[in-house]
Amino acid sequence: MLKGKHLLEPMDFSVEELDEIFDLAERIIEDPQKYKHVCDGKLLATLFFEPSTRTRLSFEAAMLRLGGQVLGFSEASSSSIAKGESIADTVRTVAAYADIIVMRHPKEGAPRIGSGFSDIPLVNAGDGGHQHPTQTLTDLLTIRYTKQSFNNLTIGVCGDLKFGRTVHSLIKAMSRYPGNRFCLISPEELVIPEYVRKEVLQKNNITFREVRRLEDAIADLDVLYMTRVQRERFFNEEDYIRLKDSYILDADKMKLAKEDMIVLHPLPRVNEIAVEVDQDSRALYFKQARYGMYVRMALMMKLLGADEGGVN
Amino acid sequence: MLVINSIEKGIVIDHITAGLGARILSYLDIDTSKHTIAFIMNAESKKHGRKDVIKIKDVTDVDLANLGLIDPKATVNVIDGHKVIRKIKLEMPETVVNIIKCKNPRCVTSIEANAPHVFRLIDRESQEYRCEYCDDIVSMKEER
Repeated sequence: MLKGKHLLEPMDFSVEELDEIFDLAERIIEDPQKYKHVCDGKLLATLFFEPSTRTRLSFEAAMLRLGGQVLGFSEASSSSIAKGESIADTVRTVAAYADIIVMRHPKEGAPRIGSGFSDIPLVNAGDGGHQHPTQTLTDLLTIRYTKQSFNNLTIGVCGDLKFGRTVHSLIKAMSRYPGNRFCLISPEELVIPEYVRKEVLQKNNITFREVRRLEDAIADLDVLYMTRVQRERFFNEEDYIRLKDSYILDADKMKLAKEDMIVLHPLPRVNEIAVEVDQDSRALYFKQARYGMYVRMALMMKLLGADEGGVN
Repeated sequence: MLVINSIEKGIVIDHITAGLGARILSYLDIDTSKHTIAFIMNAESKKHGRKDVIKIKDVTDVDLANLGLIDPKATVNVIDGHKVIRKIKLEMPETVVNIIKCKNPRCVTSIEANAPHVFRLIDRESQEYRCEYCDDIVSMKEER
């Protein structure tokens, strides 16, 4: 039962609870019109203490498409925080007005503080470099809807595996399903953190291999999750220049991939995927953004206790 | 050889890792103007080589909840009539509130003044705690 719960971290929900959300999201994808009044009269408060156009618009579009309404602020300077109000007091006050809260904050753990003062569901929409659970839900729905399963997949994650929180969450989430294998593609400087290797992969006996070049792994993959390799992460310019092309996905590398491999990216993309790849039917990153809205619709319905007949 | 007499009633905190006695004494926050306290530093120990020992006369109700956080190897003996009536083995607490402060500058506790600093034990062996909010890990071994 998800009604009334908060979502602070990707692993807050069980596999069964996630299935409930994805089942509903897939029904919404198939017939969005059927859901346009299920949250009539419901109010979403978007508390964005730092700007994030993509995530905020995705949540707002999701609530509007369910028939509900939206209020909130999109940066801290236009909120009572600028006057020195605590997160606890801000959330407690807003919880008196709205039915569900979505919160983004630059400080890690801010939504957890807020959730302790909210008697309505609170969703973390990103807290600094810490957690971004609805991005993980987006990634998972895209995989499930396209591959029709979460099992027995070879998942390649490419780029900055050291600092990429979406990558860590995806690995943790997909490790809960049987038969999945991982291919970790990164330069030496940006390999997966030790705790993910030990606590998630080795502990659960997950098959994985670590490679340095995308070309050496792409042919085996069912899913390729791209992230950006940032110049400032490297110790010296020489290494960056030597390695950067290995982590840029282009049409030539796509020729090596399976016909049904899918390419995901949390966006925004900078130069790690060549624009020419956008034309490839396997490039799903813009569709992924749309699935992000659908999964947020399903999530908010579940947290509000709504179904096809409206809010119960 | 330094000799400290046994106490008739009170508590003896023994086997304290040498060097940690002062922190334990400070944590106990006992009114030193009212109580008789013996604090022995670097005493010889068969088990550990060197140890600190604290004896507090006529006090038996000290808050031991977080003592294990400072030194899980220490033992507490409650004395009455010159006899040990209870031996307490300290353990690292599962949760500690407002004892350790989160040092991660990105943690919300750095700006939310009234938020309690909450840490949960994740590994007894390595004595590591994780911040409830930002997941930053603190090793008590390094803290000492």
